[in-house]
Amino acid sequence: MHDIEVVINGERTKRRVDARKTLADFVREDCALTGTHLGCEHGVCGACTVLVDGEAVRACLMFAVQVDGGEVTTVEGLGGPDGALSPVQDAFRSEHGLQCGFCTPGFVVTVTAFLRDTPNPSETEIREALSGNICRCTGYQGIVKAVQRAAGDAP
Amino acid sequence: MKPAPFEYHAPETRADALALLAEHGDDAKALAGGQSLVPILAMRLTRFAHLVDLNRVDDLQGVTRENGTLVVGAMTRQRTMEQADDVPLLVRATPLVGHFQIRNRGTVGGSLAHADPASEYPAVALALDAEFDLASAGETRRVAAADFFLGTWTTAAAPDELLVAARFPVWGADAGFAVVEVARRHGDFALAGAVCAVAPDRAALSLFGVASTPVRCQAAEAALLAGAPPADVAAEAVRDLAPADDIHASTATRVRIAHTVVARAVTKAREDARA
Repeated sequence: MHDIEVVINGERTKRRVDARKTLADFVREDCALTGTHLGCEHGVCGACTVLVDGEAVRACLMFAVQVDGGEVTTVEGLGGPDGALSPVQDAFRSEHGLQCGFCTPGFVVTVTAFLRDTPNPSETEIREALSGNICRCTGYQGIVKAVQRAAGDAP
Repeated sequence: MKPAPFEYHAPETRADALALLAEHGDDAKALAGGQSLVPILAMRLTRFAHLVDLNRVDDLQGVTRENGTLVVGAMTRQRTMEQADDVPLLVRATPLVGHFQIRNRGTVGGSLAHADPASEYPAVALALDAEFDLASAGETRRVAAADFFLGTWTTAAAPDELLVAARFPVWGADAGFAVVEVARRHGDFALAGAVCAVAPDRAALSLFGVASTPVRCQAAEAALLAGAPPADVAAEAVRDLAPADDIHASTATRVRIAHTVVARAVTKAREDARA
């Protein structure tokens, strides 16, 4: 077992974890942050995407012990403290960027990091950025439109 | 879908990492970005008693220029290679490596050492005659890319050796470069891909996804350098190929795709050289 100290969604926390516990299982089981979803658990679907030290990564492809001393932001950390939706979340709602919602946390975290780094993306850049996240029910049209809206281009 | 238990080590220096690998030998595995190793562990395709995490080892990261060579530290993140302007083939290959979330974690050395035959960097290294520095607790040796890739997921590195840096030759400004692949979905492993570099006095061509290692196409390089039409270069490149027949594509399909990607890469590289 390893003692780790991590800042999750702005809150410092100390935990004891098994070396083999993935970051995804850690945030869900140890931190009760179940907004991070697990789809494939081998890095294909993108549902578990979180920010580690600001960068979007697959939480299923890291071990919790590896974020010792670091910062993690999950989908729960993106909205306002009063529960207000972030601009990306709001745009997903406006443009019907979600249906069942299972893949949505991964998309929202991915898009949040993408728009921070690419504030005025082309549609091609948007589709490229979304290519690592799989949605099986909404369809990608609404998701692309949501990214365009969040970037300030109301479709 | 959970890894078997292992003992986790997080050395902070290269020397400590090498000492751990020397101590545990076959029972230990170096953990770089983890974008291939972690899923393999999670699916229990393999297990190791010890994982030596290299993510806190500072002296394995970073890119330096030594005369005509770009030296890439093994733990340099793939995303960094989008700006590796000295070696345009790395810049062109990088967007094809997984997705951006993968490239944020994945490393250059990890991809090379993992040696998946369908991955891009090994084919780039082979085409450019790159060299790898392999370190163990006792010594460091330099191995040519052509001698490094032995088979699927198999390299010339011994269990106690660590790939610490990759050395990519820098070509002149008169050269043109292209990396072209066909995958079922963007970011998936390629069914076949081609790496092409062409300059007035030299040419390089390699394929990936068509054999258990990346493949250098020397006869096709001669045709490429002689100015042969792209289709003729492609015909030469696929002449002796016998890719596996698997669930993703039949042998015939892969050969046909290989032909297509070579022809496209030759055209693009020549355009790039003229630009």
